[in-house]
Amino acid sequence: MNDDRTDPSDRERELRARLDDAPTIPVEEFRKRSRRSFLTGAAGLGAAYVGWQWLQDQPDVAGIPKPLRDTLKFNEDVWRTVSESRSAPEHPISKATPIQVNGRIGIRNEIDLADWTVRVEGPDGEVLDELDISTFEALPQRDMVIEHKCIEGWSSIVHWGGTRFSDFHARYADRVGDVPYVSLETPDGLYYVGWDMPSIMHPQTMLALRQGTEPLDQDHGAPLRLATPNKYGIKCLKRIGVIRYARERPADYWAERSYDWHAGL
Amino acid sequence: MSIDTNSAASDAGTTESAPPDEPVARLVHPRAIRWLHWINFPLLFIMIWSGLRIYWAEDVYAFGIGSWQWFAFFPDAVYETLELDRRLARGMAFHFAFGWLFVINGAIYAVYLLATREWRRILPDRHAAREAKDVVLHDLHLRTTAPPQGKYNAAQRISYTVVLVMAFVIVLSGFAIYKPTQLYPLPLLFGGYQGARLVHFAMTIGLLLFFVVHLLQVARSGWGNFRSMITGYVIERRPPSVAAEPAAPTSAGAASVSDNVEVSS
Repeated sequence: MNDDRTDPSDRERELRARLDDAPTIPVEEFRKRSRRSFLTGAAGLGAAYVGWQWLQDQPDVAGIPKPLRDTLKFNEDVWRTVSESRSAPEHPISKATPIQVNGRIGIRNEIDLADWTVRVEGPDGEVLDELDISTFEALPQRDMVIEHKCIEGWSSIVHWGGTRFSDFHARYADRVGDVPYVSLETPDGLYYVGWDMPSIMHPQTMLALRQGTEPLDQDHGAPLRLATPNKYGIKCLKRIGVIRYARERPADYWAERSYDWHAGL
Repeated sequence: MSIDTNSAASDAGTTESAPPDEPVARLVHPRAIRWLHWINFPLLFIMIWSGLRIYWAEDVYAFGIGSWQWFAFFPDAVYETLELDRRLARGMAFHFAFGWLFVINGAIYAVYLLATREWRRILPDRHAAREAKDVVLHDLHLRTTAPPQGKYNAAQRISYTVVLVMAFVIVLSGFAIYKPTQLYPLPLLFGGYQGARLVHFAMTIGLLLFFVVHLLQVARSGWGNFRSMITGYVIERRPPSVAAEPAAPTSAGAASVSDNVEVSS
């Protein structure tokens, strides 16, 4: 055998010598402390049960108990403070795969793309513009190969082509001023998302016109959709019909259905 | 008695002494360890329960080769029994709220282990692999004697260390999934976003397996051992005496471990 093998009694001494002094107490004292410990334990168990029930009984805010909703907001603030402006890695085009079709809310019916326009609204409801696709094609174009992450857990590396939201926003920056939010809707208004300004102005937040080099399919939000690696797919609205600047935090389809409003990654 | 901490008795160099053969209570689990242990227990299960709700939405993991699946995580009966279906958003809300408590509790524990040097009782030493094998054989009644041990036997040291590593990895991979952009390049540590998701899931299964064995061993070890995790103390027949050199200063004589009577279990 090897050299490590020592006589068991030596080994025993070695192990014991390594233990620190452990205090001992008389058994009567132990019984007293033991009773106290069990009572503390029972109280702790009771407190945990009451706390758990209390949490479930709290009024729901958009589908989840208020303390949890507040925690999601707290988390949002924490991460905003830590590192809001970081960017996700981008990948070589060869890694890109076609993305699966997941959400159809707001795009169930095919539309005539020639008739499509997007309405741009200011924070007071005033219509700033009614644009067709040529405006977006005329803005600076870029390609972005990023990992699109679904809130359900799957992800895929997608090649998007289009324009940065920030380049689009430059057209209206002077007119809308310091607006904290942007709301986007499908033309039928069935699906809608809310974005905070720092997130939507992030250089990786894209108004996508293409997947790969091809124009978007209707299933993927033709002719114009949002794309980003920095929020879950639920925020990447397909078939944009309205872009509205907002002073208040806008409604968000999935945030109304228990999910986190910020949904940031 | 492999898991039973009672057999770690007759500790070295205790200043207090009691008359020979009088039962005394000796502290084995300091208060901090007991609190952290019992707080961790429900937190871990809230994390696993809410985590499974998240996993459910994209439950892709299975054991198998090619298209043949030996076991898919999880059979429908599991989801139905635990009522996990279609509660992804709720799962996320709980996970990202209680996750903080789980991490804080774990961080306090880590600091405690380092500050008190308690980690030395847990980390396996160079004899651990051989001794652990003997412990397992002993526990399976294939060997009559158990190897000598300190506070924990070698099998315990290895499993507790593995559990601590798994807990650390589960937190790290969890953060990698939670904020892959903001914490980039953390996901790369796990081979990317999907790698982190797989590791996170595998660690969950690992912790559940540990839990099953842990329960069996606690049941085997008996009431005295279980009580020690609540009260902190085990009862011993003999006062602690010193087996290690230099010779014991007490008059109790050099009691060997085999003299140690466990009245508690």
